[in-house]
Amino acid sequence: MTIQRRRIIELALTFAAPVVLLAIWETLARTETIDPRFWPAPSSLIDTTAEIIRDGSLFRNVRVSLGRILAGFLLGAIPAIGLGLTMGLFWPIRVFLMPLAAAIYAVPKLAIVPLVLIAFGTGEVAKYVIVALSIFFLVLLNTVAGVIAIESSFRDVARSFGAGPLSMFWTVALPGALPSIFTGLRLGMGFALVVIVGTEFIAARDGIGRFIWDSYQILAIKKMFVGLIVTGLMGWLLTLALDLIERLAIPWNHGH
Amino acid sequence: MDGASAAAKISPAATPVSVRGATTGQAHHGARVKVSDVSRTFETASGPIDAIREIDLSINAGQFCVIVGPSGCGKTTLLRIVAGLDQATTGSVSVSTLNGGVATNAMVFQGQSLFPWLTLQQNVSYGLKIHGMSRSRRASVARELLHTVGLSRFASAYPRQVSEGMRQRTAIARALAVKPDVLLMDEPFGSLDEQTRLILQEELLKIWDTSGQTVLFVTHSIDEALVLGDRIVIMSAQPGRIKREIFVPFPRPRTLTDVRSNPVFAPLFAEIWGVLREEVGTGRLNQAGFSP
Repeated sequence: MTIQRRRIIELALTFAAPVVLLAIWETLARTETIDPRFWPAPSSLIDTTAEIIRDGSLFRNVRVSLGRILAGFLLGAIPAIGLGLTMGLFWPIRVFLMPLAAAIYAVPKLAIVPLVLIAFGTGEVAKYVIVALSIFFLVLLNTVAGVIAIESSFRDVARSFGAGPLSMFWTVALPGALPSIFTGLRLGMGFALVVIVGTEFIAARDGIGRFIWDSYQILAIKKMFVGLIVTGLMGWLLTLALDLIERLAIPWNHGH
Repeated sequence: MDGASAAAKISPAATPVSVRGATTGQAHHGARVKVSDVSRTFETASGPIDAIREIDLSINAGQFCVIVGPSGCGKTTLLRIVAGLDQATTGSVSVSTLNGGVATNAMVFQGQSLFPWLTLQQNVSYGLKIHGMSRSRRASVARELLHTVGLSRFASAYPRQVSEGMRQRTAIARALAVKPDVLLMDEPFGSLDEQTRLILQEELLKIWDTSGQTVLFVTHSIDEALVLGDRIVIMSAQPGRIKREIFVPFPRPRTLTDVRSNPVFAPLFAEIWGVLREEVGTGRLNQAGFSP
């Protein structure tokens, strides 16, 4: 019974914060304590949302941004995992590449946008590359750390059964580093969202970032707010999807 | 190529089966494992340390050989060298095989060694997978071995879902699966509670009786050595040398109670303890920085 009560309280508290925030905002806007032209009441956003769903502009832009994030994610994560496992398993490669990776990792991801635009133009490929680069080093460093953290006894077991480098890669390094790899992917998802919105601000004809920027430029403030909320929802859903994939990929790690 | 690295290579032709027929005993002649004048020195910040020095040991096929010694006497180092996980500084190790290919060994490690990301059945199949056996064949071998160690019901459980004793049984099954020319066991029951340890010792005796497996077993327990071994090799403290060998006269098949109630048990225990006692003392002194 107490557990049930605790659940109810938890649920109530979870929803309380946004509800309270929205209520305050609504009140302030209706009483015109804040300027409703720049801070439109949340209730007034419903009509705007319906409108941009009807004209298709919302979903089109969401689809475009999601496509860029997904393509960029694959383009960045797969090589990062491969190289990270290799660096984790073979110390000379690790020592050789680590300073470079750590240094580039420290560069703010948005700072590389102009460079990528110069190299790849303003087409779709540039967007994929920007997302890929923004997550590459994060996933790489997490993968390396994951392999290093694998207890040496597991490598001994594999070696004692005669596992060569390739078997070691697939049967020890990859599964052993998976939890750490997923930590990198989850952090990377946040980065990817930041850079894709930022890139769309300055160098895209469509996408959710472009939608927000355009709305701002023509002072369609309500649309801008809907764009912001949708961006937040996208991030949340992408994280949920990643959690689901993680559960499927690491069935042995439940509860950790 | 020296013997130690040859021993680490795995024969692709090896055909693993669950347990070796009891009748193959008569085919076993001569030394299965030959350790010749092996020394191992580790380089440390405070200078080189001799872990083991001039070890000569030969183990016949089908023999259960136990190494006992004080902590830090290099028992594990010796085992790792036989397993090909470490290289001897001088000397050589060779493992012979009946299949004509390259010798195989399998090791049961102390403590946590099952892959947490594999189910018990996948863990048991691991060595077979590395050897390139087909999925269906290794599944059937693994199921048979899990049955032998009484874990059929837990085939699809992950290691963290079962008890420590079950994990160690699985580790033994995993080593037996590749039908190794020599089974290497590094204090496999060291981290188990007393009762589980007794049960696993009993099971290992049964498995050994039907498999005729050649075993090199490392322990610090005199009791365990007497219960399991045909032959006990006592090592001295650092650097580890072979100090004494004792033949264990208890008939097989054995049970734990048979061995303990045998009138020879107590005097043998006393004899081994007598040898070890001084060594534990010297080991302490050496560790504290005294030289006798």
